[in-house]
Amino acid sequence: MIALVSTAIVFAGLTFAIVNAPGWPQVHQAFFNGHRFRADFPDIAKAFLLNVKIFAISEAIILPLALFVAVLRSLPGPVFFPIRALAIAYVDIFRGIPTILLILLLGFGAPSLNLSWLPAGEVFWATTALVVVYTAYVSEVYRAGIESVHPSQEAAARALGLTRLQGLRYVILPQAVRRVIPPLLNDFIGLQKDTALVSVLGVIDALHQADIDSAATFNFTPYVAAAVLFVATTIPLTRLTDWLVSRERAQRQAAGVAV
Amino acid sequence: MSVLVVEGLHKSFGQVEVLKGIDLVVGEHEVVCLIGSSGSGKSTLLRCIDLLERFDAGRIVVSGQDVTSNGVDPNVVRRKIGIVFQAFNLFPHMTVLQNVTLAPRKALGVPRAEAEATAGELLTRFGLGDKRDDYPDRLSGGQQQRAAIVRALATKPELLLLDEVTSALDPELVGEVLSVIRELAAAGMTMVIATHEMHFARDIADRVCFLDDGLILEEGPPAQVLSALREDRTRRFLARFIDAGRL
Repeated sequence: MIALVSTAIVFAGLTFAIVNAPGWPQVHQAFFNGHRFRADFPDIAKAFLLNVKIFAISEAIILPLALFVAVLRSLPGPVFFPIRALAIAYVDIFRGIPTILLILLLGFGAPSLNLSWLPAGEVFWATTALVVVYTAYVSEVYRAGIESVHPSQEAAARALGLTRLQGLRYVILPQAVRRVIPPLLNDFIGLQKDTALVSVLGVIDALHQADIDSAATFNFTPYVAAAVLFVATTIPLTRLTDWLVSRERAQRQAAGVAV
Repeated sequence: MSVLVVEGLHKSFGQVEVLKGIDLVVGEHEVVCLIGSSGSGKSTLLRCIDLLERFDAGRIVVSGQDVTSNGVDPNVVRRKIGIVFQAFNLFPHMTVLQNVTLAPRKALGVPRAEAEATAGELLTRFGLGDKRDDYPDRLSGGQQQRAAIVRALATKPELLLLDEVTSALDPELVGEVLSVIRELAAAGMTMVIATHEMHFARDIADRVCFLDDGLILEEGPPAQVLSALREDRTRRFLARFIDAGRL
Protein backbone atom coordinates (compact mmCIF):
# COMPACT_ATOMS: atom_id res chain seq x y z
CA MET A 1 0.00 0.00 0.00
CA ILE A 2 2.76 2.39 1.02
CA ALA A 3 4.70 1.26 -2.03
CA LEU A 4 1.71 2.04 -4.22
CA VAL A 5 1.24 5.55 -2.85
CA SER A 6 4.92 6.43 -2.99
CA THR A 7 5.15 5.09 -6.55
CA ALA A 8 2.17 7.18 -7.59
CA ILE A 9 3.68 10.30 -6.06
CA VAL A 10 7.09 9.76 -7.66
CA PHE A 11 5.63 9.15 -11.10
CA ALA A 12 3.20 12.05 -10.86
CA GLY A 13 6.12 14.28 -9.95
CA LEU A 14 8.26 13.03 -12.82
CA THR A 15 5.42 13.42 -15.33
CA PHE A 16 4.74 16.93 -14.10
CA ALA A 17 8.42 17.88 -14.43
CA ILE A 18 8.70 16.49 -17.93
CA VAL A 19 5.43 17.81 -19.30
CA ASN A 20 6.18 21.28 -17.94
CA ALA A 21 9.72 21.37 -19.29
CA PRO A 22 10.19 24.27 -21.74
CA GLY A 23 11.05 21.93 -24.63
CA TRP A 24 8.19 19.47 -24.03
CA PRO A 25 5.88 20.56 -26.87
CA GLN A 26 8.64 20.00 -29.44
CA VAL A 27 9.70 16.70 -27.86
CA HIS A 28 6.11 15.57 -27.70
CA GLN A 29 5.70 16.40 -31.37
CA ALA A 30 8.98 14.79 -32.46
CA PHE A 31 9.01 11.61 -30.33
CA PHE A 32 5.49 10.92 -29.11
CA ASN A 33 3.44 11.81 -32.12
CA GLY A 34 0.32 9.64 -31.84
CA HIS A 35 -0.54 9.93 -35.47
CA ARG A 36 2.91 8.88 -36.67
CA PHE A 37 2.99 6.07 -34.11
CA ARG A 38 -0.23 4.59 -35.48
CA ALA A 39 0.92 5.05 -39.06
CA ASP A 40 4.39 3.53 -38.69
CA PHE A 41 3.83 0.90 -36.02
CA PRO A 42 2.55 -1.88 -38.35
CA ASP A 43 5.63 -1.61 -40.60
CA ILE A 44 8.00 -1.63 -37.68
CA ALA A 45 6.21 -4.52 -36.00
CA LYS A 46 6.48 -6.48 -39.23
CA ALA A 47 10.20 -5.72 -39.46
CA PHE A 48 10.50 -6.67 -35.78
CA LEU A 49 9.56 -10.22 -36.74
CA LEU A 50 13.01 -10.44 -38.32
CA ASN A 51 14.58 -9.51 -34.96
CA VAL A 52 12.56 -12.24 -33.29
CA LYS A 53 13.53 -14.72 -35.97
CA ILE A 54 17.25 -13.91 -35.72
CA PHE A 55 16.98 -14.15 -31.94
CA ALA A 56 15.25 -17.53 -32.01
CA ILE A 57 17.61 -19.06 -34.56
CA SER A 58 20.78 -17.78 -32.89
CA GLU A 59 19.66 -18.85 -29.45
CA ALA A 60 18.89 -22.37 -30.70
CA ILE A 61 22.45 -22.61 -32.03
CA ILE A 62 24.15 -20.79 -29.15
CA LEU A 63 22.79 -22.95 -26.32
CA PRO A 64 24.28 -26.28 -27.46
CA LEU A 65 27.35 -24.75 -29.09
CA ALA A 66 28.31 -22.78 -25.98
CA LEU A 67 27.86 -25.89 -23.85
CA PHE A 68 30.21 -27.71 -26.18
CA VAL A 69 32.84 -24.96 -25.90
CA ALA A 70 32.47 -24.95 -22.11
CA VAL A 71 32.92 -28.72 -21.93
CA LEU A 72 36.04 -28.50 -24.12
CA ARG A 73 37.44 -25.85 -21.83
CA SER A 74 36.77 -28.01 -18.77
CA LEU A 75 38.61 -31.07 -20.10
CA PRO A 76 41.30 -32.02 -17.58
CA GLY A 77 44.81 -33.29 -18.10
CA PRO A 78 47.78 -32.32 -20.25
CA VAL A 79 46.57 -34.31 -23.29
CA PHE A 80 43.72 -31.88 -23.86
CA PHE A 81 45.83 -28.75 -23.46
CA PRO A 82 45.62 -27.77 -27.18
CA ILE A 83 41.83 -28.11 -27.14
CA ARG A 84 41.58 -26.10 -23.93
CA ALA A 85 43.87 -23.46 -25.40
CA LEU A 86 41.70 -23.20 -28.51
CA ALA A 87 38.54 -22.83 -26.46
CA ILE A 88 40.18 -20.17 -24.29
CA ALA A 89 41.45 -18.28 -27.33
CA TYR A 90 37.99 -18.39 -28.90
CA VAL A 91 36.33 -16.99 -25.80
CA ASP A 92 39.00 -14.35 -25.22
CA ILE A 93 38.88 -13.06 -28.78
CA PHE A 94 35.15 -12.98 -29.36
CA ARG A 95 34.27 -11.56 -25.99
CA GLY A 96 36.75 -8.81 -26.70
CA ILE A 97 35.45 -7.74 -30.11
CA PRO A 98 32.51 -5.33 -30.00
CA THR A 99 29.50 -7.11 -31.45
CA ILE A 100 28.79 -4.36 -33.95
CA LEU A 101 32.36 -4.58 -35.23
CA LEU A 102 32.12 -8.31 -35.82
CA ILE A 103 28.80 -7.88 -37.61
CA LEU A 104 30.44 -5.35 -39.91
CA LEU A 105 33.53 -7.52 -40.43
CA LEU A 106 31.56 -10.64 -41.26
CA GLY A 107 28.77 -8.85 -43.10
CA PHE A 108 31.10 -7.00 -45.45
CA GLY A 109 34.12 -9.32 -45.39
CA ALA A 110 32.80 -12.86 -45.52
CA PRO A 111 30.66 -12.54 -48.68
CA SER A 112 33.81 -11.61 -50.62
CA LEU A 113 35.14 -15.10 -49.99
CA ASN A 114 32.55 -16.29 -52.52
CA LEU A 115 31.84 -19.43 -50.60
CA SER A 116 29.09 -20.68 -52.85
CA TRP A 117 28.03 -23.47 -50.48
CA LEU A 118 27.09 -20.98 -47.80
CA PRO A 119 23.99 -18.86 -48.00
CA ALA A 120 24.97 -15.33 -48.93
CA GLY A 121 22.99 -12.44 -47.59
CA GLU A 122 23.44 -10.02 -44.74
CA VAL A 123 20.97 -11.73 -42.44
CA PHE A 124 23.00 -14.95 -42.51
CA TRP A 125 26.28 -13.22 -41.70
CA ALA A 126 24.78 -10.93 -39.09
CA THR A 127 23.22 -13.94 -37.37
CA THR A 128 26.54 -15.77 -37.56
CA ALA A 129 28.28 -12.82 -35.90
CA LEU A 130 25.73 -12.79 -33.08
CA VAL A 131 26.12 -16.55 -32.64
CA VAL A 132 29.91 -16.29 -32.51
CA VAL A 133 29.91 -13.49 -29.93
CA TYR A 134 27.16 -14.85 -27.71
CA THR A 135 28.53 -18.38 -27.78
CA ALA A 136 31.67 -16.95 -26.18
CA TYR A 137 29.63 -15.26 -23.43
CA VAL A 138 27.28 -18.13 -22.81
CA SER A 139 30.09 -20.70 -22.70
CA GLU A 140 31.58 -18.78 -19.78
CA VAL A 141 28.23 -18.95 -18.00
CA TYR A 142 28.13 -22.71 -18.50
CA ARG A 143 31.73 -23.04 -17.37
CA ALA A 144 30.96 -21.24 -14.14
CA GLY A 145 28.13 -23.74 -13.64
CA ILE A 146 30.38 -26.72 -14.33
CA GLU A 147 32.99 -25.45 -11.91
CA SER A 148 30.38 -24.87 -9.22
CA VAL A 149 29.65 -28.61 -9.04
CA HIS A 150 31.84 -30.02 -6.28
CA PRO A 151 34.64 -32.36 -7.47
CA SER A 152 33.32 -35.03 -5.10
CA GLN A 153 30.37 -35.45 -7.47
CA GLU A 154 32.73 -36.35 -10.27
CA ALA A 155 34.63 -38.67 -7.93
CA ALA A 156 31.38 -40.40 -6.96
CA ALA A 157 30.41 -40.83 -10.61
CA ARG A 158 33.81 -42.23 -11.58
CA ALA A 159 33.87 -44.48 -8.52
CA LEU A 160 30.68 -46.12 -9.78
CA GLY A 161 32.49 -47.04 -12.99
CA LEU A 162 30.97 -44.36 -15.17
CA THR A 163 33.28 -43.01 -17.85
CA ARG A 164 34.32 -39.35 -17.76
CA LEU A 165 31.78 -38.58 -20.47
CA GLN A 166 28.99 -40.42 -18.67
CA GLY A 167 29.83 -38.60 -15.45
CA LEU A 168 29.63 -35.31 -17.31
CA ARG A 169 26.40 -36.24 -19.08
CA TYR A 170 24.44 -37.67 -16.14
CA VAL A 171 25.99 -36.08 -13.05
CA ILE A 172 27.88 -32.83 -13.70
CA LEU A 173 25.98 -31.12 -16.52
CA PRO A 174 22.44 -31.58 -15.20
CA GLN A 175 23.46 -29.88 -11.96
CA ALA A 176 25.56 -27.22 -13.71
CA VAL A 177 22.88 -26.23 -16.23
CA ARG A 178 20.19 -26.02 -13.55
CA ARG A 179 22.31 -23.56 -11.60
CA VAL A 180 23.01 -21.23 -14.52
CA ILE A 181 19.52 -20.91 -15.97
CA PRO A 182 19.02 -17.39 -14.53
CA PRO A 183 22.31 -15.98 -15.94
CA LEU A 184 21.56 -17.75 -19.23
CA LEU A 185 18.24 -15.93 -19.47
CA ASN A 186 20.10 -12.72 -18.74
CA ASP A 187 22.21 -13.30 -21.84
CA PHE A 188 19.01 -14.13 -23.77
CA ILE A 189 17.81 -10.63 -23.03
CA GLY A 190 21.10 -9.11 -24.16
CA LEU A 191 20.94 -11.08 -27.39
CA GLN A 192 17.33 -10.08 -28.06
CA LYS A 193 18.35 -6.42 -27.84
CA ASP A 194 21.52 -6.89 -29.85
CA THR A 195 19.55 -8.20 -32.82
CA ALA A 196 18.99 -4.49 -33.55
CA LEU A 197 22.69 -4.30 -34.49
CA VAL A 198 22.05 -6.20 -37.71
CA SER A 199 20.55 -2.98 -39.09
CA VAL A 200 24.09 -1.72 -39.72
CA LEU A 201 24.27 -4.12 -42.66
CA GLY A 202 21.18 -2.60 -44.23
CA VAL A 203 18.93 -5.47 -43.18
CA ILE A 204 15.37 -4.26 -42.68
CA ASP A 205 14.83 -5.04 -39.02
CA ALA A 206 12.76 -3.01 -36.57
CA LEU A 207 15.49 -0.44 -36.00
CA HIS A 208 16.26 0.01 -39.68
CA GLN A 209 12.57 0.27 -40.54
CA ALA A 210 12.26 2.94 -37.84
CA ASP A 211 15.25 4.70 -39.42
CA ILE A 212 13.53 4.72 -42.79
CA ASP A 213 10.19 5.91 -41.43
CA SER A 214 11.84 8.59 -39.38
CA ALA A 215 13.86 9.85 -42.34
CA ALA A 216 10.74 9.99 -44.47
CA THR A 217 8.77 12.12 -42.06
CA PHE A 218 11.45 13.98 -40.09
CA ASN A 219 9.90 12.57 -36.93
CA PHE A 220 11.48 10.35 -34.29
CA THR A 221 8.33 8.59 -33.14
CA PRO A 222 9.23 5.42 -35.12
CA TYR A 223 12.25 4.93 -32.80
CA VAL A 224 9.93 5.01 -29.83
CA ALA A 225 7.72 2.46 -31.56
CA ALA A 226 10.74 0.17 -32.06
CA ALA A 227 11.77 0.67 -28.43
CA VAL A 228 8.28 -0.28 -27.27
CA LEU A 229 8.52 -3.54 -29.21
CA PHE A 230 11.91 -4.43 -27.72
CA VAL A 231 10.80 -3.63 -24.21
CA ALA A 232 7.58 -5.58 -24.66
CA THR A 233 9.57 -8.72 -25.45
CA THR A 234 12.39 -8.33 -22.96
CA ILE A 235 10.27 -7.50 -19.91
CA PRO A 236 8.61 -10.94 -19.79
CA LEU A 237 12.07 -12.52 -20.08
CA THR A 238 13.35 -10.32 -17.25
CA ARG A 239 10.44 -11.21 -14.96
CA LEU A 240 10.94 -14.89 -15.77
CA THR A 241 14.61 -14.56 -14.83
CA ASP A 242 13.78 -12.88 -11.52
CA TRP A 243 11.22 -15.53 -10.74
CA LEU A 244 13.65 -18.36 -11.50
CA VAL A 245 16.37 -16.76 -9.37
CA SER A 246 14.10 -16.39 -6.37
CA ARG A 247 12.75 -19.91 -6.80
CA GLU A 248 16.29 -21.31 -7.00
CA ARG A 249 17.21 -19.43 -3.82
CA ALA A 250 14.13 -20.71 -2.01
CA GLN A 251 14.92 -24.26 -3.05
CA ARG A 252 18.48 -24.05 -1.88
CA GLN A 253 17.41 -22.68 1.47
CA ALA A 254 14.80 -25.41 1.80
CA ALA A 255 17.49 -27.96 1.08
CA GLY A 256 19.78 -26.36 3.67
CA VAL A 257 22.62 -26.16 1.19
CA ALA A 258 25.25 -23.58 1.97
CA VAL A 259 25.76 -21.46 -1.11
CA MET B 1 42.14 -66.21 -3.66
CA SER B 2 42.84 -62.74 -2.37
CA VAL B 3 40.32 -60.15 -3.46
CA LEU B 4 42.86 -57.38 -3.02
CA VAL B 5 46.63 -57.25 -2.97
CA VAL B 6 48.46 -53.97 -2.49
CA GLU B 7 52.24 -53.98 -2.82
CA GLY B 8 54.66 -51.17 -2.06
CA LEU B 9 52.19 -48.35 -2.66
CA HIS B 10 53.76 -44.90 -2.66
CA LYS B 11 51.84 -41.66 -3.14
CA SER B 12 52.90 -38.05 -2.78
CA PHE B 13 50.94 -34.85 -2.99
CA GLY B 14 53.64 -32.46 -4.19
CA GLN B 15 56.46 -32.59 -1.64
CA VAL B 16 54.42 -34.45 0.96
CA GLU B 17 54.68 -38.23 0.84
CA VAL B 18 51.34 -39.51 2.09
CA LEU B 19 51.81 -43.23 1.52
CA LYS B 20 55.32 -44.57 2.09
CA GLY B 21 55.07 -48.15 0.91
CA ILE B 22 51.82 -49.83 1.88
CA ASP B 23 51.45 -53.61 1.69
CA LEU B 24 48.01 -55.06 2.26
CA VAL B 25 46.31 -58.35 1.41
CA VAL B 26 42.58 -58.84 1.81
CA GLY B 27 41.06 -62.29 1.41
CA GLU B 28 37.57 -63.15 0.29
CA HIS B 29 34.87 -62.36 2.90
CA GLU B 30 37.45 -60.64 5.03
CA VAL B 31 36.74 -57.36 6.82
CA VAL B 32 39.79 -55.17 7.34
CA CYS B 33 39.62 -51.99 9.37
CA LEU B 34 42.12 -49.19 8.83
CA ILE B 35 42.64 -47.06 11.90
CA GLY B 36 44.92 -44.11 12.44
CA SER B 37 44.74 -40.42 13.07
CA SER B 38 43.56 -37.94 10.47
CA GLY B 39 46.22 -37.48 7.84
CA SER B 40 47.71 -40.93 8.34
CA GLY B 41 46.79 -41.88 4.77
CA LYS B 42 43.67 -44.04 5.25
CA SER B 43 41.48 -42.13 2.80
CA THR B 44 44.25 -41.75 0.25
CA LEU B 45 44.89 -45.47 0.39
CA LEU B 46 41.23 -46.24 -0.30
CA ARG B 47 41.10 -43.72 -3.14
CA CYS B 48 44.24 -45.24 -4.68
CA ILE B 49 42.74 -48.74 -4.48
CA ASP B 50 39.68 -47.49 -6.41
CA LEU B 51 42.05 -45.80 -8.91
CA LEU B 52 40.58 -42.40 -8.06
CA GLU B 53 44.07 -41.13 -7.28
CA ARG B 54 47.19 -41.63 -9.32
CA PHE B 55 50.04 -43.05 -7.29
CA ASP B 56 53.78 -42.94 -7.77
CA ALA B 57 54.83 -46.55 -7.27
CA GLY B 58 53.39 -49.89 -6.32
CA ARG B 59 51.08 -52.56 -7.59
CA ILE B 60 47.39 -53.25 -6.97
CA VAL B 61 45.82 -56.59 -7.82
CA VAL B 62 42.05 -56.97 -7.69
CA SER B 63 40.66 -60.52 -7.92
CA GLY B 64 43.84 -61.74 -9.54
CA GLN B 65 44.00 -58.95 -12.11
CA ASP B 66 46.87 -56.47 -11.93
CA VAL B 67 44.94 -53.22 -12.34
CA THR B 68 48.08 -51.12 -12.43
CA SER B 69 49.44 -52.71 -15.60
CA ASN B 70 49.09 -50.93 -18.91
CA GLY B 71 45.96 -51.37 -20.96
CA VAL B 72 43.64 -51.88 -18.00
CA ASP B 73 40.50 -49.77 -18.26
CA PRO B 74 40.11 -48.13 -14.85
CA ASN B 75 36.35 -47.81 -15.42
CA VAL B 76 36.04 -51.59 -15.58
CA VAL B 77 38.09 -51.95 -12.40
CA ARG B 78 35.96 -49.40 -10.55
CA ARG B 79 32.82 -51.37 -11.36
CA LYS B 80 34.25 -54.27 -9.36
CA ILE B 81 34.97 -52.03 -6.39
CA GLY B 82 32.38 -50.06 -4.48
CA ILE B 83 33.38 -47.03 -2.43
CA VAL B 84 31.36 -45.05 0.08
CA PHE B 85 32.53 -41.59 1.05
CA GLN B 86 32.43 -39.70 4.31
CA ALA B 87 30.23 -36.98 2.76
CA PHE B 88 27.83 -39.45 1.03
CA ASN B 89 28.25 -37.69 -2.36
CA LEU B 90 24.78 -38.66 -3.49
CA PHE B 91 23.65 -36.98 -6.70
CA PRO B 92 21.30 -34.22 -5.49
CA HIS B 93 19.39 -33.90 -8.76
CA MET B 94 18.33 -37.54 -8.77
CA THR B 95 15.91 -39.48 -6.60
CA VAL B 96 17.28 -42.24 -4.38
CA LEU B 97 16.21 -44.82 -6.95
CA GLN B 98 17.88 -42.92 -9.80
CA ASN B 99 21.05 -42.61 -7.72
CA VAL B 100 21.10 -46.37 -7.21
CA THR B 101 20.22 -47.38 -10.77
CA LEU B 102 22.51 -44.94 -12.62
CA ALA B 103 25.64 -47.10 -12.57
CA PRO B 104 23.92 -50.44 -13.32
CA ARG B 105 22.08 -48.88 -16.25
CA LYS B 106 24.78 -46.70 -17.76
CA ALA B 107 28.01 -48.47 -16.78
CA LEU B 108 26.80 -52.08 -16.89
CA GLY B 109 24.02 -51.74 -19.44
CA VAL B 110 21.35 -53.39 -17.28
CA PRO B 111 17.84 -52.72 -18.66
CA ARG B 112 15.92 -50.11 -16.71
CA ALA B 113 13.18 -52.40 -15.36
CA GLU B 114 15.70 -54.94 -14.13
CA ALA B 115 17.94 -52.29 -12.57
CA GLU B 116 14.96 -50.76 -10.78
CA ALA B 117 13.76 -54.11 -9.49
CA THR B 118 17.22 -54.94 -8.10
CA ALA B 119 17.58 -51.46 -6.62
CA GLY B 120 14.12 -51.69 -5.07
CA GLU B 121 15.04 -54.95 -3.35
CA LEU B 122 18.30 -53.52 -2.02
CA LEU B 123 16.58 -50.36 -0.76
CA THR B 124 13.91 -52.38 1.00
CA ARG B 125 16.53 -54.64 2.54
CA PHE B 126 18.27 -51.62 4.05
CA GLY B 127 15.09 -49.94 5.25
CA LEU B 128 14.80 -47.34 2.49
CA GLY B 129 11.95 -48.90 0.52
CA ASP B 130 9.65 -45.95 1.16
CA LYS B 131 12.36 -43.40 0.28
CA ARG B 132 13.05 -44.57 -3.25
CA ASP B 133 11.34 -41.61 -4.94
CA ASP B 134 12.64 -38.96 -2.54
CA TYR B 135 15.49 -36.61 -3.36
CA PRO B 136 18.55 -36.93 -1.11
CA ASP B 137 17.97 -33.57 0.62
CA ARG B 138 14.73 -34.98 2.05
CA LEU B 139 16.63 -37.73 3.86
CA SER B 140 18.40 -37.70 7.22
CA GLY B 141 22.17 -38.08 7.22
CA GLY B 142 21.89 -41.71 8.25
CA GLN B 143 19.41 -42.43 5.48
CA GLN B 144 21.61 -40.64 2.96
CA GLN B 145 24.63 -42.69 3.94
CA ARG B 146 22.62 -45.91 3.76
CA ALA B 147 21.42 -44.86 0.30
CA ALA B 148 25.06 -44.24 -0.68
CA ILE B 149 25.96 -47.74 0.53
CA VAL B 150 23.11 -49.22 -1.50
CA ARG B 151 24.31 -47.25 -4.53
CA ALA B 152 27.79 -48.71 -4.11
CA LEU B 153 26.32 -52.23 -3.81
CA ALA B 154 24.16 -51.87 -6.92
CA THR B 155 27.00 -52.77 -9.28
CA LYS B 156 27.54 -55.97 -7.24
CA PRO B 157 31.14 -55.14 -6.32
CA GLU B 158 33.58 -57.81 -5.21
CA LEU B 159 35.11 -55.39 -2.75
CA LEU B 160 33.57 -52.55 -0.77
CA LEU B 161 35.65 -49.63 0.50
CA LEU B 162 34.18 -47.49 3.28
CA ASP B 163 35.88 -44.18 3.98
CA GLU B 164 34.92 -42.96 7.46
CA VAL B 165 31.30 -43.34 6.57
CA THR B 166 30.02 -42.30 9.99
CA SER B 167 32.29 -39.28 10.56
CA ALA B 168 29.85 -36.77 9.06
CA LEU B 169 26.86 -38.10 11.00
CA ASP B 170 25.21 -36.96 14.20
CA PRO B 171 26.00 -39.43 16.99
CA GLU B 172 22.45 -40.79 17.15
CA LEU B 173 22.55 -41.66 13.44
CA VAL B 174 25.83 -43.58 13.56
CA GLY B 175 24.18 -46.76 14.82
CA GLU B 176 21.89 -47.32 11.85
CA VAL B 177 24.78 -47.05 9.40
CA LEU B 178 27.02 -49.33 11.44
CA SER B 179 24.29 -51.96 11.61
CA VAL B 180 24.06 -51.92 7.82
CA ILE B 181 27.80 -52.57 7.64
CA ARG B 182 27.46 -55.38 10.21
CA GLU B 183 24.77 -56.94 8.06
CA LEU B 184 27.02 -56.74 5.01
CA ALA B 185 29.86 -58.37 6.93
CA ALA B 186 27.54 -61.14 8.05
CA ALA B 187 26.50 -61.67 4.43
CA GLY B 188 30.14 -62.21 3.52
CA MET B 189 30.97 -58.89 1.83
CA THR B 190 34.68 -58.26 1.50
CA MET B 191 35.35 -54.83 2.97
CA VAL B 192 38.15 -52.40 3.76
CA ILE B 193 36.89 -49.88 6.28
CA ALA B 194 38.64 -46.69 7.34
CA THR B 195 37.14 -45.74 10.67
CA HIS B 196 37.51 -43.84 13.91
CA GLU B 197 34.96 -46.04 15.67
CA MET B 198 37.22 -48.25 17.77
CA HIS B 199 34.44 -50.29 19.37
CA PHE B 200 33.05 -50.97 15.95
CA ALA B 201 36.45 -51.96 14.55
CA ARG B 202 36.97 -54.37 17.42
CA ASP B 203 33.54 -55.92 16.84
CA ILE B 204 33.50 -56.24 13.12
CA ALA B 205 37.06 -56.53 11.85
CA ASP B 206 38.81 -59.77 11.09
CA ARG B 207 41.95 -57.73 10.99
CA VAL B 208 42.91 -54.22 12.02
CA CYS B 209 45.68 -52.19 10.37
CA PHE B 210 47.04 -49.22 12.24
CA LEU B 211 48.35 -46.56 9.88
CA ASP B 212 50.61 -43.78 10.93
CA ASP B 213 52.41 -41.31 8.71
CA GLY B 214 51.86 -43.33 5.55
CA LEU B 215 52.89 -46.74 6.87
CA ILE B 216 51.05 -49.69 8.36
CA LEU B 217 52.68 -49.89 11.80
CA GLU B 218 50.53 -52.63 13.31
CA GLU B 219 48.49 -55.33 11.74
CA GLY B 220 46.62 -58.24 13.23
CA PRO B 221 43.43 -59.40 14.92
CA PRO B 222 41.60 -56.52 16.56
CA ALA B 223 42.19 -57.77 20.09
CA GLN B 224 45.89 -57.97 19.46
CA VAL B 225 46.29 -54.55 17.82
CA LEU B 226 43.90 -52.68 20.06
CA SER B 227 44.91 -54.28 23.34
CA ALA B 228 48.58 -55.06 23.08
CA LEU B 229 49.67 -51.47 22.42
CA ARG B 230 53.14 -52.75 21.68
CA GLU B 231 54.44 -49.88 19.66
CA ASP B 232 54.93 -46.53 21.23
CA ARG B 233 53.09 -44.56 18.61
CA THR B 234 50.17 -46.94 18.70
CA ARG B 235 49.94 -46.36 22.41
CA ARG B 236 50.06 -42.63 22.03
CA PHE B 237 47.37 -42.71 19.36
CA LEU B 238 45.11 -45.03 21.29
CA ALA B 239 45.68 -43.08 24.49
CA ARG B 240 43.77 -40.22 22.93
CA PHE B 241 40.76 -42.45 22.48
CA ILE B 242 41.04 -43.84 26.00
CA ASP B 243 41.17 -40.30 27.31
CA ALA B 244 38.15 -39.43 25.22
CA GLY B 245 36.29 -42.39 26.69
CA ARG B 246 35.77 -44.06 23.34
CA LEU B 247 37.72 -47.25 24.07
